[in-house]
Amino acid sequence: MDQTNKKMHSSDEQESPSLKGTLISVLLLGSFLIVSWFGVYALFISR
Amino acid sequence: MHLHKYEKIWLIFGISSLVVFLCVLGYGAFWKGTHPQSHGVTIDPNNVEAYEAFKPENLGLTKVDDNRYIVNIVASAFNYDLGKDENGTAVRTIRIPKGSTVLFQLTTKDVVHGFNVAGTNVNMMVEPGYISSYEAVMNKPGEYTVVCNEYCGVGHHMMYATVEVYE
Amino acid sequence: MALEKIVPVHEPERLPITKAESRLYMSFIYVAFIALFVGGLMGLLQTLVRSGSFTLPWGIGYYQILTVHGVILGLVLTTYFIIGFQFSLMGKTVGISFKQRKAAWISLWVMVIGTIMTAITILLGKASVLYTFYAPLKAHPAFYIGLALVIVGSWIAGFVNWRQLYVWKKQHPGEKSPLLAFMVVINMVMWFIASLGVATAVLVQFIPWSLGYAETINVLVSRTLFWYFGHPLVYFWLLPAYMAWYAIIPKIIGGKIFSDSLARMSFVLFLFFSIPVGFHHQLTEPGIDPTWKFIQVVLTFMVIVPSLMTAFSLFATFEITGRKKGHKGLFGWFRHLPWKDVRFFAPFVGMLAFIPGGAGGIINASHQVNGVVHNTIWVTGHFHLTVATTVVLTFFGVTYWLIPHLTGRKLTAKINKLGMIQTIIWAVGMTIMSVAMHIQGLLGGPRRSAFSEYGGTAQAQEWIGYQLAQAIGGSILFIGIILMMYIFIHLTFFAPKGIEEFPVAEEEADAEPTPMWFDNWKLWIGITIALILFAYSIPFVDIIQNSPPGSPPFAWPIGNN
Repeated sequence: MDQTNKKMHSSDEQESPSLKGTLISVLLLGSFLIVSWFGVYALFISR
Repeated sequence: MHLHKYEKIWLIFGISSLVVFLCVLGYGAFWKGTHPQSHGVTIDPNNVEAYEAFKPENLGLTKVDDNRYIVNIVASAFNYDLGKDENGTAVRTIRIPKGSTVLFQLTTKDVVHGFNVAGTNVNMMVEPGYISSYEAVMNKPGEYTVVCNEYCGVGHHMMYATVEVYE
Repeated sequence: MALEKIVPVHEPERLPITKAESRLYMSFIYVAFIALFVGGLMGLLQTLVRSGSFTLPWGIGYYQILTVHGVILGLVLTTYFIIGFQFSLMGKTVGISFKQRKAAWISLWVMVIGTIMTAITILLGKASVLYTFYAPLKAHPAFYIGLALVIVGSWIAGFVNWRQLYVWKKQHPGEKSPLLAFMVVINMVMWFIASLGVATAVLVQFIPWSLGYAETINVLVSRTLFWYFGHPLVYFWLLPAYMAWYAIIPKIIGGKIFSDSLARMSFVLFLFFSIPVGFHHQLTEPGIDPTWKFIQVVLTFMVIVPSLMTAFSLFATFEITGRKKGHKGLFGWFRHLPWKDVRFFAPFVGMLAFIPGGAGGIINASHQVNGVVHNTIWVTGHFHLTVATTVVLTFFGVTYWLIPHLTGRKLTAKINKLGMIQTIIWAVGMTIMSVAMHIQGLLGGPRRSAFSEYGGTAQAQEWIGYQLAQAIGGSILFIGIILMMYIFIHLTFFAPKGIEEFPVAEEEADAEPTPMWFDNWKLWIGITIALILFAYSIPFVDIIQNSPPGSPPFAWPIGNN
């Protein structure tokens, strides 16, 4: 059962690993999708 | 299955964006009538002249009302038939006053073609057996290249015409 | 959830790959790289022709090389690489029996015979119909028969993959299927269900019609069957890249799988929503009810969700791994990534390309907005990001370790460096070409067209400027292809002998167990079929009931008599 130790050690991180950078990265990605979509939509409306 | 709190936030954000896109599109399509071209009228591709709009004398530009026009075109490899002018030569350019509402109606006698008035939303597939139609308001003056944008054979890139919107 | 049965996490077994297996997997990959070279050369020639300053010699037609390019890269390179790669994943995780290996060889030979038939027909100029072969343009019957053989061969590979997992499950009762094997089986289920559509079109419509047994063909039905296949086709390309991202890249960067369950869930969603969406390729066609087009647009947007999940999983894998290595701050983890390891770097550049690639894809599928870009060269720019960058760079990233693993050689530091250069060349060339294509497309420039001045309009003059940029990008890309061919040959025949790792990522020791209901294949296939029936039944009956007279074959427009 030498794994138990490892588990105890990492359990704090495992409960909620800090994913702040991930969240910001995907939100930037999402913003890019939104901006490009509305860009072409505006082109459609203007034509 | 466990989702991280931030993944929930991300998925809610992402899916909401997609729903917003769909609402914008759905509102335009179903309430404003901006569906893509989906005309359901069929025609015999071997005898397109039997259809009133595609009789040789009805091809090209016809004024139907103030500011309202119809353009009838028969596509075939590798040409758009826009009718003939007074001298009997084939029309290559269509001239439309700015601000007109124009109904483009096409069909093909042979293979699949495309029809794109480049730089506008008039962009349709033209398929044997069907009539393609799209109505557009031509607001911006200028010279527009009409291109066949679906591969139709070795002369595909030589299949074009011009639409001129004048002040 | 009441259905969940908890199974303890255990150390997964990884099976050695024997010499006989290696020969099989490598055979698929040989064909793929030959295709890369031939198809890439055609691509270069196309961009040169379109620049207006080059004419093809010996009476070769532009549309003939365009057909070669599309068929050999879109169908041959992808399918052979994917099947070879997937066989290696199955061999590593669930094993392959002697009989299964024999059947896999049959699949290869059926595909090769089909490929040769199709290739000869195109080279003789009898099938310049492009890879979409839209009726009523008529190619020589051998073209369609060859394509049918390629599809049938790929089905045999799929049947073998299913059998491999089935046998493993029998031997491991109560265990969840290995993640990579699960993913391969999903992809081949999707491929089989989807390719039934194009196989029906080819066998029932095109072959009898091209042989003269049927006088006419129903054009819209053939197109609808093609696009029923055509969209899942692009996911058939993409999912093997996702396999590498989810289950191989974590190992390469020294991390663990972010979530086994979420990876499986995204693949299940891809199975559900890749197929009932073909109308978004037919948005500007007459004869299809616009309401049903919109319904399929909604379903298309559903298939974006698993890609959103994938984006999160990947960033999370990178961040967790970096934080474990002690990197702090909001983006400190970003620096820990093995930037000098081509096995990571090439797929990573592929991931980046999928951001604009995905954004463009959402725009393409947006119902009436499709009119802005339909059949313009924007679309060509789009799929050169998705398949020709995202998928291809990930496949290159796999090549760097898979080939030496199979040939008993080592990825040397020198080849690693060459691979880094190759990736950068690819990224630069593709950026120039793809950006030029996107802009020219928004200006109305058509795709699939040889050089033309369109009667000398100002618009067409503007397009030619972008076509020059595409020729520059295309030339840079061809340098990338030559470099990749050198790397491929070196890794196959000349790299020093040794042992190269087959990286398969594992879960955290205390990862949340994967629910067993993921292995409920009847449920997944049942839902997939129900969605297809929902999306297609009514509009398809409508298309058939309101059909115009059929079309006779047209061979002269492609230069035949």
